[in-house]
Amino acid sequence: MEYKRLTLLCGHYGSGKTNIAVNMALDLRKKYDNVAVADLDIVNPYFRTKDSSKEFEEAGIRLIVSEFANSNLDIPSLPQDMYALTDDLRLRAVIDVGGDDRGALALGRLAPKIIQEGNYDMLMVINKFRPLTPDAESTIEVMHEIEGAGGIKFTGLINNSNLSDETSPQDVLKSRDYAMQVSALSGLPIVLTTVKQELYNILNGQIDNLFPMVLQKRPAN
Amino acid sequence: MADKVLMKGNEAIAEAAIIAGCRHYFGYPITPQTEVAAYMAKKMPKIGGVFLQAESEIAAINMVYGVSSTGKRVMTSSSSPGISLKGEGLSYLAGSDLPALVVNVQRGGPGLGGIQPSQSDYFQSTRGGGHGDYRMIVLAPASVQEMAELTVKGFELADKYRMTAMVLADGTMGQMMEPVSLDIEVAPQPEKPWATTGTKLEREHNIVNSLSLVPDELEMLNFKRYERYKVIEENETMYEEYMVDDADIVIAAFGIAARVSKNAVNEARVMGIKAGLIRPITLWPFPVAPFEKAVEHAKQFISVELSMGQMIEDVKLATKCRVPVTLCNRAGGMIPSPDQVLTAIKEAANEGGNK
Repeated sequence: MEYKRLTLLCGHYGSGKTNIAVNMALDLRKKYDNVAVADLDIVNPYFRTKDSSKEFEEAGIRLIVSEFANSNLDIPSLPQDMYALTDDLRLRAVIDVGGDDRGALALGRLAPKIIQEGNYDMLMVINKFRPLTPDAESTIEVMHEIEGAGGIKFTGLINNSNLSDETSPQDVLKSRDYAMQVSALSGLPIVLTTVKQELYNILNGQIDNLFPMVLQKRPAN
Repeated sequence: MADKVLMKGNEAIAEAAIIAGCRHYFGYPITPQTEVAAYMAKKMPKIGGVFLQAESEIAAINMVYGVSSTGKRVMTSSSSPGISLKGEGLSYLAGSDLPALVVNVQRGGPGLGGIQPSQSDYFQSTRGGGHGDYRMIVLAPASVQEMAELTVKGFELADKYRMTAMVLADGTMGQMMEPVSLDIEVAPQPEKPWATTGTKLEREHNIVNSLSLVPDELEMLNFKRYERYKVIEENETMYEEYMVDDADIVIAAFGIAARVSKNAVNEARVMGIKAGLIRPITLWPFPVAPFEKAVEHAKQFISVELSMGQMIEDVKLATKCRVPVTLCNRAGGMIPSPDQVLTAIKEAANEGGNK
């Protein structure tokens, strides 16, 4: 995909934002030198971009994240260097915004400058298989809540409909109707459909703008 | 099979409670169970239910007491330190013979501890926590699917025996996401002729109370309650056995520890070591029967726990210490790796296994 200077990822918590952020940053790094991932989550202390900090370091990607992420200190906190996102215009970044409207609240601090510069994509990550967003109407409702809290209007959708390890190619194909309904109701384009690498190999050519992902490590089975 | 959805364990508990007919939730946020409350806050108003964030865990459990007195299905959820605060209320529920579902998504302790997963509230859940002679039915899920199913089961058992059922999960179970089928069968709710719903001047008053002024009457209440507990011990134990039939080394583990252990058992079998796993699903009543059976052929038991060793005492009691019972553990929010468990199995095989 063609990246703007800033790519903001929002969505219901558990929609897959963090995994997409990690993969996008690695993709972005192939094209640009000065790349960062920023984690603005102030709600969830687990499953953060910090889980991939070693990979980022190896790839030469800057990680902007609260020093307390993944620690026992369970308080809302933001990284002190988050202002680099709007102040350093040479930086290209993927921003992992927190889940739901609560998580998106921190984005409001940066929103005026982001809108003023106008070089961003604000993308809503959707997953048909999440219980609180099973249809277009409920998804739109969450989108409006996030826009209200974050202060930036969405510019596109990422269809990340998945059932974790059990996702079949049919599940992804079936989810297209849902994604298109969300697209029709919101007037926003589906800029990507994200799938894990194995599914990409099967589905490539059947879906436009398919994006392959390597998933972050998960806890023990 | 019905369509699956992708859920966090905490969300699965909340949705399953709604499926079970629970329309009253009282709680207070604490990591790692906050998604239960968050889900209820979003969903309950839409279906005519009550979500109330109480001013404290103590308030929440007493609200549970109140609603339960009226015969409605009601629940609260918390994590370890919050459950300690609920201790008094749990004892009052027991003393008043009130059904309730309480969820504990455990974190590392003692004290405020940390937010990473733990199983160190085993004693608290199976031995009391509150004061007095009482038991709770304690259910230990090992998957997000079981988080949902055991929540429904917990409501049913609580109503059936007029007592608290606790879903004892841990931070991993609460936070992990797995596909779930919510096509869960729910039995019709039983009549509750004891509930305080108003006499309409047609019957005697129903009284819900845990205060007894006459000692021998209080003794009789305790005797009767323990007769009921005996029936539960006989009829309601649940467990999973995995490759136990011919096992020399038998692991006892529940919840996330059982998932780790199953991997280690598989690896041990590949190496030619006869290992097996007993996974208690009810922690109280503790499933004694599979241990009595296994001790006939096992040379050693290993209790794998995310604690300093708590369930190990029940394993020793169930096996009457006829063979060695050892501990393989991590604590404070750490999780044993399959390798650590495999190493414990190999050591056991070298010592006990070749006798």
